Amino acid sequence: MVSEKNIRVKIDELRSSIGLLKGVEFSIGKVVSEEWLEEIGPTQFPKITDLREWDFKLLQRYKPFYMPFCDLCCLCTFGKCDLTGDKRGACGINMSAQQSRIVLLACCIGAATHTSHARHLLEHLIEKYGRDHPINVGGLNVEVEAPITRLVCGVKPRTLGDLEEVLNYLEQEIVRLLAATHTGQEASNLDFESKVFHAGMIDHVALEVADIAQISALGFPKADPEAPLVDIGLGVVDSTKPVIMVVGHNVPSAAAIVDYLVENGLYGGVEVVGLCCTAHDTTRYNPKAKIVGPISWQLRFIRSGLADVIVVDEQCIRADTLIEAQKVKAPVITTSDVNCGGLPDRTKDKVEKIVEDLVLGGQPGAFILDPEKAAEVAVKTALLIAPKRMKFKAIPDVSDIVEGAKKCRKCDDCRRACPNDLPIRDALAKVLEGNLNALASLYEACIGCGRCESACPVDLPLHSYIVKAAEKRIKEEKYKIRVGRGAIQDVEIRNVGSPIVLGEIPGVVAFVGCANYPNGGTEVAEMAVEFAKRRYIVVASGCAAMSIAMYKDEEGRTPYEAFPGAFDAGGIVNVGSCVSNSHIAGAAIKIANIFAKRRLRANYEEIADYILNRVGAVGVAWGAMSQKAAAIASGFWRLGVPVIVGPHGLKYRRMLLGRKDNPEDWYVYDARTGEKVYVGPAPEHLFYAAETKEEAMVMIAKLCMRPNDTTKGRAIKLSNYIDLHKRFFGTIPDDIHLFVRTLADVPLTMREEVIKVLEEKGWKENVIPDPTLLPRLVKKKVGE
Amino acid sequence: MAAKAEPWQTAEVPGPKKAMVITNPRIVAALIRRSKNPVLIVGSMAPRIKLSGGDLVDYAIRIAEAAGMPIVSSPSVLGEFLNRGFRRVLSMPVVDIANRLTDADWKGVENKGQHDLAIFMGFKYHVCWLILSGLKHYSQNLKTVSLEMRYQPHALWSFPNISEEEWEKNLNEIIKEFKQDKMILNKVKEVKE
Repeated sequence: MVSEKNIRVKIDELRSSIGLLKGVEFSIGKVVSEEWLEEIGPTQFPKITDLREWDFKLLQRYKPFYMPFCDLCCLCTFGKCDLTGDKRGACGINMSAQQSRIVLLACCIGAATHTSHARHLLEHLIEKYGRDHPINVGGLNVEVEAPITRLVCGVKPRTLGDLEEVLNYLEQEIVRLLAATHTGQEASNLDFESKVFHAGMIDHVALEVADIAQISALGFPKADPEAPLVDIGLGVVDSTKPVIMVVGHNVPSAAAIVDYLVENGLYGGVEVVGLCCTAHDTTRYNPKAKIVGPISWQLRFIRSGLADVIVVDEQCIRADTLIEAQKVKAPVITTSDVNCGGLPDRTKDKVEKIVEDLVLGGQPGAFILDPEKAAEVAVKTALLIAPKRMKFKAIPDVSDIVEGAKKCRKCDDCRRACPNDLPIRDALAKVLEGNLNALASLYEACIGCGRCESACPVDLPLHSYIVKAAEKRIKEEKYKIRVGRGAIQDVEIRNVGSPIVLGEIPGVVAFVGCANYPNGGTEVAEMAVEFAKRRYIVVASGCAAMSIAMYKDEEGRTPYEAFPGAFDAGGIVNVGSCVSNSHIAGAAIKIANIFAKRRLRANYEEIADYILNRVGAVGVAWGAMSQKAAAIASGFWRLGVPVIVGPHGLKYRRMLLGRKDNPEDWYVYDARTGEKVYVGPAPEHLFYAAETKEEAMVMIAKLCMRPNDTTKGRAIKLSNYIDLHKRFFGTIPDDIHLFVRTLADVPLTMREEVIKVLEEKGWKENVIPDPTLLPRLVKKKVGE
Repeated sequence: MAAKAEPWQTAEVPGPKKAMVITNPRIVAALIRRSKNPVLIVGSMAPRIKLSGGDLVDYAIRIAEAAGMPIVSSPSVLGEFLNRGFRRVLSMPVVDIANRLTDADWKGVENKGQHDLAIFMGFKYHVCWLILSGLKHYSQNLKTVSLEMRYQPHALWSFPNISEEEWEKNLNEIIKEFKQDKMILNKVKEVKE
């Protein structure tokens, strides 16, 4: 048996009796016309060790610092094995390898989830729109439609069908990576880390496949900086109408609900509201849909009773959705084979029978794999059940809270279970004094996990108490978010490429990821606004993009109303859902390709080297929670983009930290001469957890510095770094001598104080090289 | 003292090697006395933790001054120390100081070589938990002490979960121990003179 790759044939030019064939590729019975003339680079469809050398360069500089979550390994029957300190397990593994192995497992889960999502979505879209449906993510404005896929796979997808080959590759790699985590396989932590990077890269391709497929087929905004503004917040839901709530990440069933409502003249009579990334994508499909909020809002929204029917697809959905929905008598429809919810498979049943069972028969829900049927059932059920439910809710009255407070044993188990250590017991005690404010004040920092309730020995619904206490605030949650625009236009890249690479736009800051925030989502909005005001390019996706929206300035404007949606200095750009993160990585890649004319096709190392040394981009996942977030971050690491996480991000159990006090770590080749040149710790870290918002903001400004910055650009970046440091920490940074290469780098307005530091530190002038970590990119060797 | 050596966050169950419980604050003073190069590491929560005799920044300064050791503060707390006139402080993110503490060749906060004792206070519970876990497994010859109010199982020594009142009393006891040392030293000096 031969694999698909083994029977692929490429012909540059063939003269035969039937004529001349040029640029033709055969693969498993299909013929892919090849018009992409760009030379194929060294790493087409890279295998897990093909980029190992590049990974090791990064890992040499950014060494892993492990913080084991547990001293044990319990993955096989040899165990449990105690790996404390320098002990080894029965299989011979040590703690470092075990920790990196767990990180790899997490990233494999993340990459597999996105790849599975992409596969499901692609199969659905091909079935509906055909294999030949063209890829179009921005019309004439986006020529490089799939920068990650082109970079990694060396192919240029033109149709939905072309993406299948890409997914085949991803699936093979994930299987291989997962195999490396088996007992008795990989032994080295650094090799595990290299595989983590590989999983991240694979994940990024999957993100791109999913998003360009849905943008192309479902008519999402195509790289539109002026994508419409839509409603977001618990307060925007019109409770006078039947409400269908969609939750998850994979949009076909939500899109089918919109279609069914439109086709049957019901749109406007039924509210479609969403949570998490399905909400993003539903508004990309139809901007009349509304977003309730990020993932943390699940429990509180279900208990509010506003949703008459809950339709879930996949990823980040609470495992107790069915239990919670039953409390408010709302049927649940599961629509994905990765999340059946224990419900009976009704895919082949008649719509009317399913609806009858849900509305009259007391069935708690149905598992329906056909999105169109699920949509019809959801709408018909919502229309019939809404008058019966009368928005039946599971949120208590104030009198219930008072009674609950009397029952409280003051054991503090609620606080000990709370991820944010919220003083729930103390707040509840104040209720007995007639004060609900203390309970209400917990709302902002509450991530809505409900662990306090599980821990309570007398079963008090503590999360609901908090929600009730904050009722007034919740009703006022009415904001605007710009619909996810998808890709960044090529012309935008051309416009900002030079100022980014030269450093005159001080950086691109991407706020991404989940909502496991240490102090609530407002911190994300505050960070985004601060950097937009400072003329950075701010990009956002997923739950973080929603949190940015849920904030108003003194004039009552949300950040998406106050700042433009263009990929330009001072813009706040919502690219869309989790899978739209691909456009953030894609923008960095396109700067190298479109602006700097670096070859893209299967040329990963060179592009990553370019980004690491020249593109001042930083990812901030302030509430990163999931394995998907881990995979997304690792894709950015391999590409040379540092990532900052909030304090909960430490639980990913490993950082990738540079040592600015080790000068030998910060040398690059000058591509013009081949000399090794000290460039300072720029960027200092690859994966870093900050304790506070302020610490993160100073670090963002610092991590945007790159060796290639011009003196003007470095001066701008330094002035932001110094200014934020002084504002938040009260002092001038003690490491600026490491970032000043020549006196021209010194910001004019800070000259005196900076020069003073330079003199104290014995600073010496350095050259500004044409930086690269790749000897093969040196144009002239030393001595030639 | 109601010693209950269980992690404060119920689910953060560590492994076989757990911190010894500080049943008497004199243990901390003894550890500092024996140390050749101790350092006090103070987290971002310190200014927000208010005790009757001041906030945790005040206590950190009192302990550091009494014991004669430097402080490494989380960057966002640096200003608090400087504003209170404490200068023997270096600002460094907690992941950076922890990373350096695992490097046997690091020159230390004051260029006196790698530290042999690191004392922690003023962190979010899980932050301290994870940082101490990293140090437990990867730092050579480093003793770690948690002066947090909650039991930190990955330290070498930790208070158990105690009340705020007990905590403050313990911190004052540590300070008192060093003040007594100074009084004795002064008396010895007087006798010699």
